[in-house]
Amino acid sequence: MTVRIAAIAALTAFLVGLAVATFSELRVFLPALLRGAVVTIKISVLSAFLFWAMAFVTGIGRLSKIRPIRWTCAVYIEVFRGTSLLVILFWFFFVLPEFGVLLSATAAAVLGVGLNFGAYGAEVVRGAVAAVPQGQREAAVALNIPKHRYMLRVIIPQAIPVTIPGLSNLTIEMIKATALVSAVTLVDITFASVQQNQIHYRTLDIFLVTLMLYYCFAQFVRFGGAMLEERMTRHLGKVH
Amino acid sequence: MTDPKIRFEKVTKRYGALVVLDQLQFEVAEGEVVTIIGPSGSGKTTVLRVLMTLEPIQDGIIWVGGEPLNKMWSGDRLVPASEAHIRSVRSRIGMVFQNFNLFPHMTALENCIEAPVQSLKLPKSEAVERAVELLEMVGLDDKRSHYPSQLSGGQQQRVAIARALAMRPKIILFDEPTSALDPEMVGEVLTVIRELASAHSYTILLVTHQMGFAREISNRVCFFDQGRIVEQGEPGRLFESPRNERLKLFLSKILQA
Ligand SMILES: Nc1ncnc2c1ncn2[C@@H]1O[C@H](COP(=O)(O)OP(=O)(O)OP(=O)(O)O)[C@@H](O)[C@H]1O
Ligand SMILES: [Mg+2]
Repeated sequence: MTVRIAAIAALTAFLVGLAVATFSELRVFLPALLRGAVVTIKISVLSAFLFWAMAFVTGIGRLSKIRPIRWTCAVYIEVFRGTSLLVILFWFFFVLPEFGVLLSATAAAVLGVGLNFGAYGAEVVRGAVAAVPQGQREAAVALNIPKHRYMLRVIIPQAIPVTIPGLSNLTIEMIKATALVSAVTLVDITFASVQQNQIHYRTLDIFLVTLMLYYCFAQFVRFGGAMLEERMTRHLGKVH
Repeated sequence: MTDPKIRFEKVTKRYGALVVLDQLQFEVAEGEVVTIIGPSGSGKTTVLRVLMTLEPIQDGIIWVGGEPLNKMWSGDRLVPASEAHIRSVRSRIGMVFQNFNLFPHMTALENCIEAPVQSLKLPKSEAVERAVELLEMVGLDDKRSHYPSQLSGGQQQRVAIARALAMRPKIILFDEPTSALDPEMVGEVLTVIRELASAHSYTILLVTHQMGFAREISNRVCFFDQGRIVEQGEPGRLFESPRNERLKLFLSKILQA
């Protein structure tokens, strides 16, 4: 149901956008905005993969029986949740070179955004793993299934669908947060709008287009997440 | 007589200050069907859970087929058991839970082949063959590609029994296997358990409130109260002429209900 509403909303936004595009003098600033949008999409996609991977690896690592693994994950989560993304970006781009580590603007942005959101995602994954009923562990012990196999075959497949709503919300937040990458010299859509506004003074048109583009990105993630969740939980029903 | 199949030697289980099993002495012979009855909180489930190694014990030794479960031999001394030792002894025991605990993301068939493939390292084709046989035995051959959510409670419990048997245990533990079921589904599960009991190839430990069924299938019934066996005996004798006052009270309450 919500999926359908989201789809309709996205379509409406697109049509409104098309109307605005047709009736205003968009041509002067639209190409610059679209180039910004491409940067936003590129950083978002790359960061999202890093974010999801880190969320699962450290969210599960946090529950490991092996102390160094558990601690490493805990430190990562604490550090990246407790510091601001903007400052992390500055560190990757301006501070690390002082230690001889040179990162391109894109690499710094992807690392900063991905690692920052990975730390939040880890908590979502940890919650989903903890939400798998205790009886599943007991069944696995009674069946003598080795611990790592049990994690991989019983717990994670049941945790993944539970993480989807949380992770797709965080992914939307992450897309919005990529606006900060202009701090490391990237011209993303937000920064492109500011620049274009300074040149053309078409405040309403420019920021309306930007707003709708962000909205479309968010709807795309929400729609994808809902589809994936539906697909993965189709057989699950309520058995516990 | 050979070694008893299961032997609890002064087993103590505590949760904090609460003593749940109090220096329990308890033996089950090979091929014996033993039912545990008793009031709520008397430690019935705990007996099965410590035997299945779902819970550690604080004192005593549990023996399975002449081998210690929570300990292992180091020369002629008993030392705390390693994970590998526990795994090897545990492989002789299977358990059926009150709430089935099927894997919800796997079909009936997948539930039954998971452990044989992951734990016994059986080739998949062999595991499937065996699982199909077992599902046939519990009358669910036609439901093999159904997910647990698509099965009734009684069907789920029968799959859970097939899943436990797929690991070829010698000992099967049942913890109130019909308590979570609607009344009309109790019969189909009891029928399967009855068959297993009459096969005489399994040692069975059953916790149930179904007194009629306990009487029918058990070689022996044990009445638990406060973590100890207060009275035990052949079912006819125990139900007809109980000696212990608390057992009399327990039976009169059950029969009234
Ligand atoms: N994880 C636990 N933590 C603390 N106390 C526990 C735990 N599990 C069981 N107990 C306590 O141990 C005692 C024995 O519990 P057990 O589940 O063995 O009883 P039972 O005989 O199976 O009862 P029922 O007929 O209600 O199933 C109870 O007093 C219970 O509250
Ligand atoms: Mg119980």
